[in-house]
Amino acid sequence: MKYQTLIGLEIHVELLTASKIFCGCSTAFGGESNTHCCPVCLGLPGALPVLNKKVVEFAVKAGLALNCNIASVCKMDRKNYFYPDLPKAFQTSQYDMPICTNGYIEIDCGKKKKIRIKRVHIEEDAGKTMHAEDGVSLIDYNRCGVPLIEIVTQPDMTSSEEAYKFLERLKSILQYTEVSDCRMEQGSLRCDININVKSEDSSFVSNIVEVKNLNSFKAAAKAIEYEEKRHIDLLKKGENTNKETRRWDESKNKTVIMRMKENVEDYRYFPEPDLVKIEIDSDWVEKIRTSLPEMPNHKKERFIKDYGLPLYDAEILTSSKGMADFFEEVVKEFQDAKMVSNWVMTEFYRSLKESESDIENIKFCAKDFAKLLRLIKRGTISNNIGKRIFKEMYNSGKDPEIIVKEKGLMQISDVDVIKEMVLKVLEEYPESVMDYKNGKGRALGFLVGQVMKVSKGKANPQMVNKIIKKYLDT
Amino acid sequence: MEIYHLTAHEIRDKLQNKEISAKELTELILKRMKNVESKVGAYVYINDENAVSFAEEVDNRIHAGEILSDLVGIPMSLKDNICTEGIFTTCASKILENFIPPYNATVTKMLYEQKSILLGKTNMDEFAMGSSTETSVFKATKNPWDLERVPGGSSGGSAAAVAAGEAFFSLGSDTGGSIRQPASFCGIVGLKPTYGLVSRYGLIAYASSLDQIGPLTKDVEDCALVLNAIVGHDNMDSTSVSFKGVDYKKALINDVEGLKIGILKEYFEEGVDEDIKKAIFDSLKLFESMGAIVEEVSLPHTEYALSAYYIIASSECSSNLARFDGIRYGYRAKNYDSLKDLFIKTRTEGFGEEVKRRIMLGTFSLSLGYYDAYYQKALKVRTLIKQDFEKAFKNFDVLIAPTTPSVAFKIGEKINDPLGMYMSDVCTVPINMAGLPAISIPCGFKDGLPIGLQIIGKHFDESTILRVAYTFEQNTDYHKKRVKL
Ligand SMILES: [Zn+2]
Repeated sequence: MKYQTLIGLEIHVELLTASKIFCGCSTAFGGESNTHCCPVCLGLPGALPVLNKKVVEFAVKAGLALNCNIASVCKMDRKNYFYPDLPKAFQTSQYDMPICTNGYIEIDCGKKKKIRIKRVHIEEDAGKTMHAEDGVSLIDYNRCGVPLIEIVTQPDMTSSEEAYKFLERLKSILQYTEVSDCRMEQGSLRCDININVKSEDSSFVSNIVEVKNLNSFKAAAKAIEYEEKRHIDLLKKGENTNKETRRWDESKNKTVIMRMKENVEDYRYFPEPDLVKIEIDSDWVEKIRTSLPEMPNHKKERFIKDYGLPLYDAEILTSSKGMADFFEEVVKEFQDAKMVSNWVMTEFYRSLKESESDIENIKFCAKDFAKLLRLIKRGTISNNIGKRIFKEMYNSGKDPEIIVKEKGLMQISDVDVIKEMVLKVLEEYPESVMDYKNGKGRALGFLVGQVMKVSKGKANPQMVNKIIKKYLDT
Repeated sequence: MEIYHLTAHEIRDKLQNKEISAKELTELILKRMKNVESKVGAYVYINDENAVSFAEEVDNRIHAGEILSDLVGIPMSLKDNICTEGIFTTCASKILENFIPPYNATVTKMLYEQKSILLGKTNMDEFAMGSSTETSVFKATKNPWDLERVPGGSSGGSAAAVAAGEAFFSLGSDTGGSIRQPASFCGIVGLKPTYGLVSRYGLIAYASSLDQIGPLTKDVEDCALVLNAIVGHDNMDSTSVSFKGVDYKKALINDVEGLKIGILKEYFEEGVDEDIKKAIFDSLKLFESMGAIVEEVSLPHTEYALSAYYIIASSECSSNLARFDGIRYGYRAKNYDSLKDLFIKTRTEGFGEEVKRRIMLGTFSLSLGYYDAYYQKALKVRTLIKQDFEKAFKNFDVLIAPTTPSVAFKIGEKINDPLGMYMSDVCTVPINMAGLPAISIPCGFKDGLPIGLQIIGKHFDESTILRVAYTFEQNTDYHKKRVKL
């Protein structure tokens, strides 16, 4: 029997506002424990919330970028439960009237597919509990009242690959709109998975299992694959999954149970009486809509059209707004778009990955990058030397021309100098010369390599090739 | 008359004519408190040292010729659910017994800016839940007119303090009648302003959508002065309304000619004391004799108001009071063996019976499967009640009803009869449901106990109810009667 997996995601995203959702406290990450707090975000008796208008604006922005309908009126509700890091013992959230509904994101896994977004709502974050070794629990309330949006999808994804694509797309859209930096390592993007499996004829359906708090897209994909298999294995045995909440255990590479969901948790939602209804002016929404930046999909198409890039390149370059902007800046200075793209996608990405950094933190500027490419294209330096210079530029932020000068890395294109080196090598390796003459083509490569070695990589390889051939063939 | 029995505006005149200094006045009141507090028990915390030194500072300003407002140097008190920075604010509950807020309520700030002198925090029903000030964890406040009787609740401490000459005015909070009912029992003036007119920032919430801070004073003129001081939009309270500044002193007009007054038919039905009915009808005759047009009007949904009120107020309170969990401030249970146990024991030991009763009622009303039948339905009733009033106000300028169905009852008489206790707010609750302003003024006595006349106005039309109340006062002298202690 064939099975189909149904995956829905719930994603919490921290908004990039400077102040918290109901007070003026800072949302800056880090900071000494309990220093970004006031009576309001601590929920002290008598304190009242006042909704930060920027939060509404950012939620609308995100909603528009996710193709949602924006409510003209919505409200905040209280979600009641006890937890030490929840100072009011309720979280102010949105229940039955979310700010955005019915959107979608288009993903491309071979063919295009729309993943529907059920809703986007506004809520506040809670504090953070840390359990010390001696059994004492410490609470940091700095995060209390940090504004979040929760994005809930329909169960439209059918594989880990689709979910991964969706998350990447979502992240890039949110970064494009600048409503969030989506830094998972700082908790500004958190993801929960709802997953179940049904047989093709729908006769067997597993219970929905929730996997909470995935801290990377990779972990999300792995958790989905793990659950998918677990569900199918159980169904095959004639058993079913429990309605439960699980978490991904990175060290064991499996999901483990957190709690059963036998009884529905009763949060006793009701309208937040301390806040008035949120009325959203349609003109304001239109203003936000027109202020939205170009979204990744449009940018991708434009890159293909304007720069003649292949789809693959355009997709990778536009997946991050920072990278797309960088690319365009370089192309402004150095028009060979394909060469820029090649370099960005190979050397640049590799360096970012190795240093575990991102584009926001690079030390060199687009102009210098263009300079480097120009040096290579003009033949001032070889491609390989270019790679070395890039590494140095990446690490120090130095001007590539200065690096070339300082290290004397200029390419040797003087025919006489190269001839001299070629002759020396031919003399040194008569066997290889013989091999070549006896029809062993491979020997040519070896000899070229030796010349390059002699020149410390600086000789123009095309010229070396040409000159060696000339000597051997005569 | 003894100086402590004077009104705030009379004192203001004496201060400004330099017949008395703020310091002398404060010391005099503190002495009065020393004499009568043991009998009345209006206060839970007396701010004596701070009050005297603050009064000295005020005197310096008066001497320096600074411009004086109406409340400069006037000793007053605040209900103990209004936050005062550095000064205990306990809601008369064990759970907040040691709570000292790090900030002031907006109204506290406003009165400090006026240079009124804080004498102390007044007793109340625990978390403002009750109608007799008997649910306070500290003590039951006594009615200064009869020490065997309750002063009303939940602002009973504030009302008793003003009536007993232990403060020239006080602020209370009114969720279902908690200013007007004790004002009525104690023979003083109590105003519940329109919801949103006075900031709630710093008022420890009972039921957010119903709570409103308001003045308790000796007469209507004082009420206008205090109202002037505490009205204003507050950007710390998003339900606070940006209402254009009105000088409520200008509402003090001795004239009701041509005014249309509606008598609320349903508020005179069974359960209302005959003597109270008579006092109210006598008042109406007075208005008629002065040219007001008086007619009966029916608000058909009145009978559902009390039950809907208890659903809504309890629901909100179950959530508002959830933060008292023993984690960060207030009382924490000594022995517990898990986190859940800590929450449960702290709340079991920290809250009194009435508070627990309402938390449970509210928790139940909001629960899955019951929400529609209770909370949602109560909201619908609330809308109908609002519409009743809207309709009535198409034809009338103010509406009149008794403040309470009976005069002050004996201490202990209703404490074990919650439903009987809830009935004492039956005439005041609908006004909170509709968010309207209403005032209670003394309009007679029964066996030496005061009777309250309730005047209800349109949203933000405090001026008209003050005018009607002022006219009544100018033509009667119930407000001049003082207790003998
Ligand atoms: Zn804050």
